[in-house]
Amino acid sequence: MSLSRDEVTQVALLARLRLEPEELETFTGQLNQIVEFVAQLQELDTHDIVPLAHGVEVRNVFREDLRGPSLPREAALANAPKRNSESFLVPAVLE
Amino acid sequence: MDYTIIIGLEVHVQLLTESKMFSACGTDFGLPPNTQTDPVSLGMPGTLPVMNRKAFDLALKTAVALGAEIAAFTKWDRKNYYYPDLPKNYQISQYDLPFSRGGSIPIPVRKDGGGSRVRLTRVHLEEDTGKLTHGTGGFSEVDLNRAGIPLLEIVTEPDIRTVADAKGCLEELRLTLRYLGVSDCEMQEGSLRCDANINLHIPHEGRTVATPIVEIKNLNSFRSVERALQYEAERQYEKWKRDGLTIHDAHKETRGWNDPEGVTKPQRQKETAADYRYFPEPDLVPVEVDEPWIARIRATIGELPTERRQRFESDFGLSAYDANVLVEQGEEVADYFDAVVKATGEAKLASNWIQQDVLRIAKETKVSLAEFPVGAEGLADLINRVKRKELNTNQGREVLAKMIETGEPVDAVIAAGGYGMVSDQGEIVAAIEAAIAANPKAMDDLKGGKKKPEAVKGFLRGQVMKQTGGKADPALVSELLDAKLAELIG
Repeated sequence: MSLSRDEVTQVALLARLRLEPEELETFTGQLNQIVEFVAQLQELDTHDIVPLAHGVEVRNVFREDLRGPSLPREAALANAPKRNSESFLVPAVLE
Repeated sequence: MDYTIIIGLEVHVQLLTESKMFSACGTDFGLPPNTQTDPVSLGMPGTLPVMNRKAFDLALKTAVALGAEIAAFTKWDRKNYYYPDLPKNYQISQYDLPFSRGGSIPIPVRKDGGGSRVRLTRVHLEEDTGKLTHGTGGFSEVDLNRAGIPLLEIVTEPDIRTVADAKGCLEELRLTLRYLGVSDCEMQEGSLRCDANINLHIPHEGRTVATPIVEIKNLNSFRSVERALQYEAERQYEKWKRDGLTIHDAHKETRGWNDPEGVTKPQRQKETAADYRYFPEPDLVPVEVDEPWIARIRATIGELPTERRQRFESDFGLSAYDANVLVEQGEEVADYFDAVVKATGEAKLASNWIQQDVLRIAKETKVSLAEFPVGAEGLADLINRVKRKELNTNQGREVLAKMIETGEPVDAVIAAGGYGMVSDQGEIVAAIEAAIAANPKAMDDLKGGKKKPEAVKGFLRGQVMKQTGGKADPALVSELLDAKLAELIG
């Protein structure tokens, strides 16, 4: 299994990464090494093995439905790169 | 227009919990923007979600009530996408192992159809997203009050064949969820949201052609669901007649309903499912549901709307139509009806009085049944008096109107208004004789066959009622009038 440059371009787009042509070249090579390394697992016969849904063998962890305080708005908005008096601001998203 | 409409619904409902799905943050509607957040809803690094037990129980309750199969093992997955409505850049949802599959929603019988069932594909639990307001000046405002509220996604099979059935299915789902108390289902407030998938099957040159599937979003009321589907069916048919494109020629398209203009418009192309890069959520452990848990949930489910309609039909002898009118308007109306029947033993009378008087007046005066000035006990008292012939139906109506107007009980209104039905034979016979004597022309018409006997009798009955101040027992008047006319004419 080998990743093409187009696939890496697509993955970069989904991760919102802008890659220069030479970076694309480097990362395609590196990503392929990683995929090949992991691909060794495919040598194992996993036919009768139930897929692992979680790494920890714990089930049914719940909290009770109790309400605590909310953050003050100023604290909630404190780290926003851009904001107005009541909301986070993001570049216009047009539907 | 010779085509079949194929519709499937995707419904999101907010569950009625005190706190969000993964943290102790509140869940109120209508608060000022960003005043209902905490580090978990803001997606702060280092925070961890912990599942709300109530949210999971309400989800189970819904699925069990809809007849779905509950998975013995379920887990959570991350749905990855970049959109500012969720600051984590992923939504915690369920992908390949949802907590329930299957089940169905019944479509109630209407005068023009209904009566079938819509199968469910699946019901799963996920977190709600924040809300974006598209402002001016090149920026959109993000409000995260809603982010993290528990959300149930209910997906139907494409089993719906008419626009009216789509509306009926959605209304029945809302009624059921309200009966269950799992959601308040306010479309205007966004606690019930509906997307619809629609295409057409068109018979063409001896085979069936399917048009490309369109997903309609932004359906904010039952009326808009109806209008948008109607519009979209016609639009697809006209488009197909022009370009002949089928489901094989085009991808699924997302269109938004524009309510003021009454049209659907294309929206940005969705990232395809594979692009969401679902993977198991490492921060939440899976859930195993056993039979005792399901039994505990089942025990909390009371009588559902479908069962209630059936009981009204089988135990009370109501028609399917009447049973539906009393049930479809919510638990309040059906409870009122049940209480009146219990106190009178008269289901049909109770149904008539509630439908023709109580609900009509409540609608005209814009009050809910809870605020209605005459409770079930008061109406039952009134119906019992009509049943015992202390009042005739018209007097009963007048008394009801006065009860509503004054807030007084039946007794007081009757005493003050001098109501009371005349069942004295002598008095009625005297009134009949007077009416006949005063209207010789009516008798001539009857004898000469110029008018139908029923018309003349109706006229005379009216005269008798008038003379007795509307108090005569109408059944007795008819009987005695018939006897009198038979005696006179032979």
